Amino acid sequence: MRWSGLILAAALLAAAPFVISPYNLSLLGRFLALAILGLGIAIVWGYAGILSLGQGVFFGLGGYALAMHLKLVADGFPDFMVWNGVESLPWWWTPFSNPGFALAMVVVAPTAVAVFLGVLFFRRRVTGVYIALITQALALAFATLLISQQGSTGGFNGLTNFNTFLGMKLSAPHIRLALYGVTAAFLVSGFLAMRWMTGTHFGKMLVAIRDGENRVRFLGYDPSLYKTAAFGISALLAGVSGALFTLHLGVISPAMVGVLPSIEMVIGVAIGGREALGGAVFGTVFMNILKDRVSSAFPNAWLYVVGAMFVLVVIALPRGFAGLAETAAASRLRALGRLRGKSAPLARKAVAVEVAEGAVTVERGD
Amino acid sequence: MTDLALVLGQGFNGISVASILLLAALGLALSFGLMRVINMAHGEFLMLGGYLVFIAHQVFPGPAFLLLGLPLAFLGGAAMGALLEVTVIRRLYGRPLDTLLATWGVGLILQQTARSIFGATGVEVTAPWWLSGAMVISGGPLEGLSISYVRVFIIAVAAVALVGMVYLLYRTRIGLHIRAVNQNREMAAALGVNTRMVDLTVFALGAGLAGVAGAAFAMLSPVTPTVGQSYIVRAFMVVILGGVGSLLGTSLSAALVGSFTVLAETFMKVSFALVLLLGFVVIFLQFRPRGLVSTRSRALDES
Repeated sequence: MRWSGLILAAALLAAAPFVISPYNLSLLGRFLALAILGLGIAIVWGYAGILSLGQGVFFGLGGYALAMHLKLVADGFPDFMVWNGVESLPWWWTPFSNPGFALAMVVVAPTAVAVFLGVLFFRRRVTGVYIALITQALALAFATLLISQQGSTGGFNGLTNFNTFLGMKLSAPHIRLALYGVTAAFLVSGFLAMRWMTGTHFGKMLVAIRDGENRVRFLGYDPSLYKTAAFGISALLAGVSGALFTLHLGVISPAMVGVLPSIEMVIGVAIGGREALGGAVFGTVFMNILKDRVSSAFPNAWLYVVGAMFVLVVIALPRGFAGLAETAAASRLRALGRLRGKSAPLARKAVAVEVAEGAVTVERGD
Repeated sequence: MTDLALVLGQGFNGISVASILLLAALGLALSFGLMRVINMAHGEFLMLGGYLVFIAHQVFPGPAFLLLGLPLAFLGGAAMGALLEVTVIRRLYGRPLDTLLATWGVGLILQQTARSIFGATGVEVTAPWWLSGAMVISGGPLEGLSISYVRVFIIAVAAVALVGMVYLLYRTRIGLHIRAVNQNREMAAALGVNTRMVDLTVFALGAGLAGVAGAAFAMLSPVTPTVGQSYIVRAFMVVILGGVGSLLGTSLSAALVGSFTVLAETFMKVSFALVLLLGFVVIFLQFRPRGLVSTRSRALDES
């Protein structure tokens, strides 16, 4: 059963604080926060077939919403506004002094933006490549806008220098541990929620739309509603991810929301396997660990590595590591089928059905 | 400076920006229309063209370096394009979103290579003496209008490229093949057109044009490893706005985006101009989801 993998992963997450150093734990927490965003990409890209290269925008909206609150708590009147000669707090900053409002905006702002854009795009049947390019332009525009509005967004440096959240000191060891726990809990519950969702009628409709949008339309459904909802869900997850990431790192800046980070998030999911939720989580964490190791050891090599990964994964592993695992499971099953006297094509057909239903794992062969 | 001169001057700048965009977008639009391939490394072909002109300038510092640099940029871009087509793109036909990711990876590698060879800061290419300076009108209703020769040259290069493309597509045999594959790939293949060769030709041609765009761009501002990235997003907006695979649509929308950008940047910050352009494209797609000039077809599933 797939549950065994999930339980193993949850056990590893629970054991991590006792095994690895606080520094590495904080890194891991950060990557787990990003993995929540990876879940969203798996839903919108792997299941609904919409490649969004602008997830950084939703990530940023969530991150900035929380960071604005933290900044107001830390400074009263944000320090960078003083440096930029801004006299009074912009009106749209004011409500963020309320933590409840800020936390609500973490989920509301990205979701609302995504649903608004989704209605515009999908109702007019803008598809595929167009969506990818427009969302990429959106990421560029968002980052550029943040940088240019230095007086009210902190510009290139973003929002930083905050240390307490709801009265808790963010640098204290036990708070950092709790933050890790909260992030892991969010990831696991997000994973379970998405796993449940993909099994519902809604989830199956997403796959149907991905594989044959016009057929779905002919059956009387309106694909745009489903696609908009999927886009909104992915944005919600990205917003939560951004807020958690901001708490972990203590800073949110345009460099984390622009074109390059947005597309890096996508390639992380592609490495793990876009059509598998577990693959998306694993891929995101794997890629970020790799990035951390490579860019600290060879600062100039990271772009070569990530570039080569883009090319190799897409050409050699279109379904990521999860695809590899499924192929391995399928070939073991085929071997099993031969042992039992079944013909290979018949066994393959059985495997295909089981793979489609998400019932196959590597352990099953035993 | 009179108002009329200001408007004309900005309009002229708009056309010159549009010319570079057109050169950059022509190749994208053609290869997307023909092969459904989104080439994210296209901006790096532009960068390559810029660096090739820089090299030409270093090797032959004489006033004629540009006459060598432009063909060099075209050939360099085309060669790189052909290489990319054979090694990567060819393996990914029918998977447009995957080509997008793979070519983005290639783009990153090229950027980093440029950074290690030429450094992260830009290299300058000064225009030769016969292009430096500007025609300044003094007196009369156009007092203060200045037309820089470099920009005139860029517009001329784009015009020549566009005319060349039209001639190639509508008056030559390979053009006939390209249009045939564009309309119906299977049927063209059945009639003996070597579609692989057509794909390769179009892709290399588009990359070569991007190289020329980079060479033109190098006359205006420094060439940096990320220069391609700054142009590629706008070039894609041109392609989306113009409609896929149409020379007319791409030209019109390049003119539109170019003048829009210059106009918006006159009155507001560059960042707002970008946001405004994006908003404009999104709203425009509400009315014409397939761009300015779209080919009609009875096929149901089109990407």
